[in-house]
Amino acid sequence: MIAFEYLEHTADIKFRAYGKTPEEMLCNAAAALFNSMVQPETIAAKESWRVELEADDLEDLAYKWLSEIVFLFETESSVFSAFSVKLDQDAAGLWRLQAEIGGERIDLKRHAFANEVKAITRHKFGIKKNEVWCIQVILDV
Amino acid sequence: MADISKIDDNIYEVPIGYRPGMRVPGRIYVSSVLKEMVEPGTIDQVANVACLPGIVKYSMAMPDAHLGYGFPIGGVAAFREEGGIISPGGVGFDINCGVRLLRSNLRAEAVEPRINTLIDALFEAIPSGLGATGRLHATDQQLTEAFVNGSRWAVEEGYGVEADLTHCEESGCMPGAQPAQISAKARKRGRPQLGTLGSGNHFLEIQRVEEIYDEARAKQFGLFKGQITVMIHCGSRGAGHQICTDHLEVLNKAVKKYGIDIPDKQLACAPLGSPEANNYFGAMVCAANYAWANRHIIAHWTREVFERYFPGSKLDLVYDVAHNVAKIEEHLVDGKRERLYVHRKGATRAFGPSRSEVPQAYADVGQPVLIPGSMGTASYVLCGCDRALELTFGSACHGAGRVMSRSQALKQFTGQNVKAALNRDGIVVKATSPGMLAEEAPQVYKPSGDVVDVVHNLGIASKVARLVPMGVSKG
Repeated sequence: MIAFEYLEHTADIKFRAYGKTPEEMLCNAAAALFNSMVQPETIAAKESWRVELEADDLEDLAYKWLSEIVFLFETESSVFSAFSVKLDQDAAGLWRLQAEIGGERIDLKRHAFANEVKAITRHKFGIKKNEVWCIQVILDV
Repeated sequence: MADISKIDDNIYEVPIGYRPGMRVPGRIYVSSVLKEMVEPGTIDQVANVACLPGIVKYSMAMPDAHLGYGFPIGGVAAFREEGGIISPGGVGFDINCGVRLLRSNLRAEAVEPRINTLIDALFEAIPSGLGATGRLHATDQQLTEAFVNGSRWAVEEGYGVEADLTHCEESGCMPGAQPAQISAKARKRGRPQLGTLGSGNHFLEIQRVEEIYDEARAKQFGLFKGQITVMIHCGSRGAGHQICTDHLEVLNKAVKKYGIDIPDKQLACAPLGSPEANNYFGAMVCAANYAWANRHIIAHWTREVFERYFPGSKLDLVYDVAHNVAKIEEHLVDGKRERLYVHRKGATRAFGPSRSEVPQAYADVGQPVLIPGSMGTASYVLCGCDRALELTFGSACHGAGRVMSRSQALKQFTGQNVKAALNRDGIVVKATSPGMLAEEAPQVYKPSGDVVDVVHNLGIASKVARLVPMGVSKG
């Protein structure tokens, strides 16, 4: 299983990220998001951030997760390379995500950006489970 | 383009039935050459928009149309107040991304020897690129003022002059702002970025008027051959992006609540008049006003730099257009005036002389329509024509339109060779992230002249002047 792959898109960036579990899929999606901007080997996980989110379904939760990372990228002026995600669903069906993200402050001398991701679109956004979990995302750049 | 039929020169129709659920046909305004560059996905997006409730006449795509999300880029659609909807998919994340054109009293010969110094100074004076924060250090109160009063607030703070307001779409401030609908997150992203250019395809360009097509109208716009102009292209930065993200979530719930069948979640929407629609509109207006204040402040700093190197120089505002926005406008529908919510996503308003929204200074000729080229290629100034009201709810294209994907661009170009090629053409480029230049290479866009010719030939807007770049400052 590959972690993620990019697909052709004229104006923006489209990718699919995979995982044996939904947690792994969400980690790989976050990695794909950052990999589209900066070479991941240039990012050291020097600091960590915690994220807690909830949503009515897994797809909305995934959208919130990726949007939250874009928010942190911009407001913390940081890039991330290490992601750990825990998911659970309560009796009422509500999905909860707890995550820890490792990264560092942007240093333009070391972090050469190929793009700047500005938002996560809902266009053709979706999650499927066949043999593995798969999420498809189009990034607004 | 299966199932698409040619209606007239430069007009193609996407028939009802191209996909199930279409309420009106689609109209794509392209030449036969540009038609070949329209991807099937773009046509699907035109057809998707045609499925939305309350859509009037056609789901339209301008000649620069290309694949977007929700609406295609270059998409225009209008919705009835009764039974219609509003959708952030028809506005985009970068709310009121737009273009501002300043005309100088300088000739190109005077500026050319100092173009390197000037671009360096502008690059220093105007924060740009990734992670850039403003020189402004706006307080929370000032941020709210910018959301509510846009450029008017900026003028009151000492940026720019009163005449800037009368030469700007909506006078730089759209009514109806509701700052209470802005999340803490959007404020957090927006506050430090007020007064920054951003990255991607945003730029500040020093240009030379290369050709005048229409002497009388050019004179009205204050343009002459050999003149130096400055073009600023940017939008509402992280504030707009977060506002769109936040409201997409609300509107995706609204879609379920009101039982609206949408073909794409990016087309999340709410019925006009519902609290969800009102809240999104109020927040969108805030972002639009923020963007006008942003371009206004950047223009002020540009004037300061010019004053340093060319004392006594003048940079007057020709016009400022929004190309990602939804507006309440009156249009004739089947001979009756109706209030419509016109969505323009990567499309410029192009009102002719008959519209009261056109600034008084241009009342005889129509509003200036500003169409930036890609980095290194010509930009155009046109004037809006009344024919656009019949054809496109008074809209024209907004740029050249991408034709090559980012990944293909990265395979073919590097930032360094793009910069070197532009330098060979006499264009100076300064960028925060040189790696990002590759994706904006001139070759990834359609030829801007072809796109503009379609608009001109259709009579939507009429060519006035062509501007060529001399120096570019990029994020």
